[in-house]
Amino acid sequence: MSKRVVVTGMGIVSPNGIGIPAFLHALQNGISGIKFMPRYHDLNFSCQVAGMPAFEWESLKHKNYISEVTFHGLKGTNIGYGLAAALDAWADSGMGYETEEPRWETGCVFGNSIADTEAMKNVIAKVDNKEARKLGSRVVEQAMNSGVTSYISGRLGLGNKIITNSSACATGTQAILMGYEYIKDGYAKRMIVGSAEHVDTYVYGAFDSMRVLSRKFNDNPEKASRPMSLTAGGFVPGSGAGALVLEDLDFALERGAHIYAEVLGGSSNSGGQRQGGTMTAANSTGVTRCINEAIANSGISGDQIDLISGHLTATNADRQEIQTWSQALNRTGDNFPLTNSLKSMIGHCLSAAGSIETVASILQIVHGFVHPNINFEDPNPEITNLVSLDKLPVKMIKKEVNIVAKANFGFGDVNACLILSKYKK
Amino acid sequence: MTRQEILSELKTVISPYTTNKEMLAGINDQTDLIKDLKINSANLVDIIIDAEAKYDIEIDYDSADKMVNVGTCIDVISEKLSEKI
Repeated sequence: MSKRVVVTGMGIVSPNGIGIPAFLHALQNGISGIKFMPRYHDLNFSCQVAGMPAFEWESLKHKNYISEVTFHGLKGTNIGYGLAAALDAWADSGMGYETEEPRWETGCVFGNSIADTEAMKNVIAKVDNKEARKLGSRVVEQAMNSGVTSYISGRLGLGNKIITNSSACATGTQAILMGYEYIKDGYAKRMIVGSAEHVDTYVYGAFDSMRVLSRKFNDNPEKASRPMSLTAGGFVPGSGAGALVLEDLDFALERGAHIYAEVLGGSSNSGGQRQGGTMTAANSTGVTRCINEAIANSGISGDQIDLISGHLTATNADRQEIQTWSQALNRTGDNFPLTNSLKSMIGHCLSAAGSIETVASILQIVHGFVHPNINFEDPNPEITNLVSLDKLPVKMIKKEVNIVAKANFGFGDVNACLILSKYKK
Repeated sequence: MTRQEILSELKTVISPYTTNKEMLAGINDQTDLIKDLKINSANLVDIIIDAEAKYDIEIDYDSADKMVNVGTCIDVISEKLSEKI
């Protein structure tokens, strides 16, 4: 028999807030985390703004996330973000870090896209300089794609399945879905799920060259990320991490855990890079199927969705996305669900987008509000032709939120959609 | 450089790789890096690299294999230092 899966802990490293209280405050008040990056100006990038968390690197050591010995030699920024978010989520769910025995009942699915290239630059220089022997023991564990999961699972002694997933901008959503499925099917009692991203200078430069980034607001960084706007001229890269502790409902109840919300189900698929889908564009038929399968797997109907937490990156794909949601749910105009894009505040955190946005979705369920779309000053008429303007709030709305659909779509034409619900006995 | 001087400097070199600072303060020739100081075996490489940089010496694979306790570390470092002169 399939198990119900609930969220019992959350952790966040976001450009507009580190830790749940700061992040919640930022969400409710529409606080931007986008800043001007002087180095990107020096490097002649077209886009010179980014969402970078105000993360204190030394906190990894001072707040007992890792030992001094592990800290010494840790260079991978994505690993630092992921560790902090995951360990905060663990503590938030009421559990201590230390254990002698492996925790056989707990696994981890944590995603990321690439090792910190900025840190790897030093490795490349040493090797090219015929000094490979000076690299030491700590490079491989941070270069490997499973670096983040290895640090998290090692710190907490996790003994169930440990998976590193990667599916571009769908990574975070997909990680949560995989963890959910694993518990639902009875293989684990508890999973730490989430994702981390550090957009280092080199990856950022490559996005810049694709001409997909916001470039007209370098002198006004907080205005640069403008999902659904007529002036949405590209996305703003962001960094950070989000993490959740998922548990089998009965297991969570037995230990008296606090329950934030329930994961009702989800779906992940691909448009096959056919029918208009490409490496960089979504096949809308694939997206529609993904949303509809997520709804069907969750045992709800599209009419029950109170809030869409969109992918909505602030490119010309926003219009297509709204149209796809509208067709998939068969809801238009005043009947369209409230919809928001966290990217208006923090930019597009790529691999970390799905997990950060899911934490935001759950906070909206728990605290009964819909966060604003900031910078939505000049709505794209092709969007407001489809859905009522008041479904795309520019101010926080206090309101009961029962069911949220959270979707992300990534390069490679991959899609992932989660259905999250208020926990009801 | 005397063995005592090297021993005292070795404490600084080893320090980032052990959480057992009390034991580190009282190390002697017999102190085992892995068993007593609980140093991760993979980190021995890092200690060797740091020692090479500190003393501007090169520690070959065979010599490195000998560096299991504080005494043998000092042996290898003194030997390489004397070769330098």
